[in-house]
Amino acid sequence: MKNNKLEVSAIKDGTVIDHIPADSLFKVVSILRLDHLQGMITFGTNLPSKKHGKKGIIKLSDVYFQDKDINRISLVAPEAKLNVIRDYQVVEKKDVEVPDDIYSIVKCDNPSCITNHEAVPTRFLVINRKKLKLRCHYCEKITDKEHMVIL
Amino acid sequence: MKNKSLVTITDFSKEEYLRILEVAAEFEANSYQNLLNGQVVGVLFFEPSTRTRLSFESAINRLGGRVIGFTDSATSSVTKGETLNDTIRVVTNYCELIVMRHPLEGSVRYASEIANVPVINAGDGSNQHPTQTLLDLYSIQKTQGKLNDLNIFLVGDLKYGRTVHSLLMALSEFNATFYFISPDELRMPDEYKMYLEELGLKYYESTELDDNMKNADIIYMTRVQKERFSDPIEYERTKNAYVLKNHMLEGTRDNMRVLHPLPRVNEIHTSVDSNPKAYYFQQTENGVYVRQAIIALMLGLK
Repeated sequence: MKNNKLEVSAIKDGTVIDHIPADSLFKVVSILRLDHLQGMITFGTNLPSKKHGKKGIIKLSDVYFQDKDINRISLVAPEAKLNVIRDYQVVEKKDVEVPDDIYSIVKCDNPSCITNHEAVPTRFLVINRKKLKLRCHYCEKITDKEHMVIL
Repeated sequence: MKNKSLVTITDFSKEEYLRILEVAAEFEANSYQNLLNGQVVGVLFFEPSTRTRLSFESAINRLGGRVIGFTDSATSSVTKGETLNDTIRVVTNYCELIVMRHPLEGSVRYASEIANVPVINAGDGSNQHPTQTLLDLYSIQKTQGKLNDLNIFLVGDLKYGRTVHSLLMALSEFNATFYFISPDELRMPDEYKMYLEELGLKYYESTELDDNMKNADIIYMTRVQKERFSDPIEYERTKNAYVLKNHMLEGTRDNMRVLHPLPRVNEIHTSVDSNPKAYYFQQTENGVYVRQAIIALMLGLK
C-alpha cells in the first residue's frame, strides 16, 4: 500500500459543500435531492474536523446552487461552507443562511396539525433564527430545534 | 374584506374590526335583511357544536341565504375516507361562502387555500376561533361605549384558552390594560406577555380573584378544565379559586360586565346570572349580528 490516506480527488468545475456535521450528511443529500442527479458526486463522511469532531463533505461536478436552494440545508448543517469551483480554482465561498420561510423540509411538531394528517406540504415562518424556532403556517404552533424532524 | 377569508383574528386589521362592529350594529337594529337573496352558504362542521353552528345558521337565514352542509363528519363522506382536500374542492362548487369547523389545527387555513370562495373559521381544534373574538369585541364596545383604555381581566385557563389569546391580540390594538388571573400551571404564555411588552402595554398577573376586581371594566371568565392539570390534587385545590360568585361582584364598577365564551361548567355560580353585570347570555345574541356583518362584508353586500 503506497498511501494510507484517503484521497478525495479535486473537481474541475462544480460545488464543494464542506463542514457538514457527519450525522447530517444524508439529510443534506435528501434535502438537496442529490440522489436524483446524474453527474459525478463524491461523498466523504466521518472525516476529522476541528469544528465538528467529524464532518461530512460533498463534491459535485458541474452542479451549482441557487442561494434559495442551498439555504434549505441550513437547518441541518448551519455551519456548512460552499466552495464554487471553476477550472480547479475556488472562485467563490459562501455560507448558508436560515431562510425566512421553510417549505416541505420540517415536520410540524404538533400531532393535531393538519399537515400530519393529510398530504399538505409543510410550511413554516422562521420566528427566531438563532434558536431556530419555526411557526407553522397552518396550526400556528412552534416547532423548535430540539423537536425538529426532517421529512 | 370582500372575498378575503377569515382564519385568524390577525387576518383583519383594526379598521376592519371596527367596520365589522359598525355593520353588526346595523344588523342589531334591523336583523332581517334579504341581502343573500337565496345565495347558498356551505356550513361544514366536522365536529359537533351547538352555539357556533346555530348562530351562523341563524345569521345566514336572517340574511335570506340558504344553508347546505353537515353537522358532524359522521354524516359526510369523511367516513368513507375522503380527504379534506377533496371535500373542499367539491363543496366550493356548491356555494358562495364556506363556514367551517374542524378538529385539526390548521385545517381551515388549508381549506382557504384550496377553496375558490371565502372561508370563515368557526374553530380549528385548539387553534383559532376569530368570530368569537369579534363578538367579544362587539359585546365590550356595546357595554362600555368604547374599546379604548379598558381594564380587562382574563380569568381561568390562560395557557390553553384560544379565546383569551385571540381577544388579547385584538384588544392590544386598543390600549387595554390586562389582568391575568390564573393558577400557576395555566398562566398566560410568555410569547403573549412579550408581545404586550413590545407594544408598551401594561399587564398584571395574579393567582387570585380578589380586591383587584374593583378596577375591572370587563371580567372575561373561561373554563378551568381538569384534564389541563398534571396533578389532580392541584386541580382540586385550585378549582374553587376561579369560581365567580355573586357576592364577589359587590364594589365592582357600575359599568363592569362579566363575559364568558360558554359553555360554562361551574366557574360562574348560577347566582350571578340574575346580576345585571352578568352579560354572557346577551353575548351569544351579539354573535348572530356579528356573524351577519362578517358574512355580508366578505361577500361584498355591505
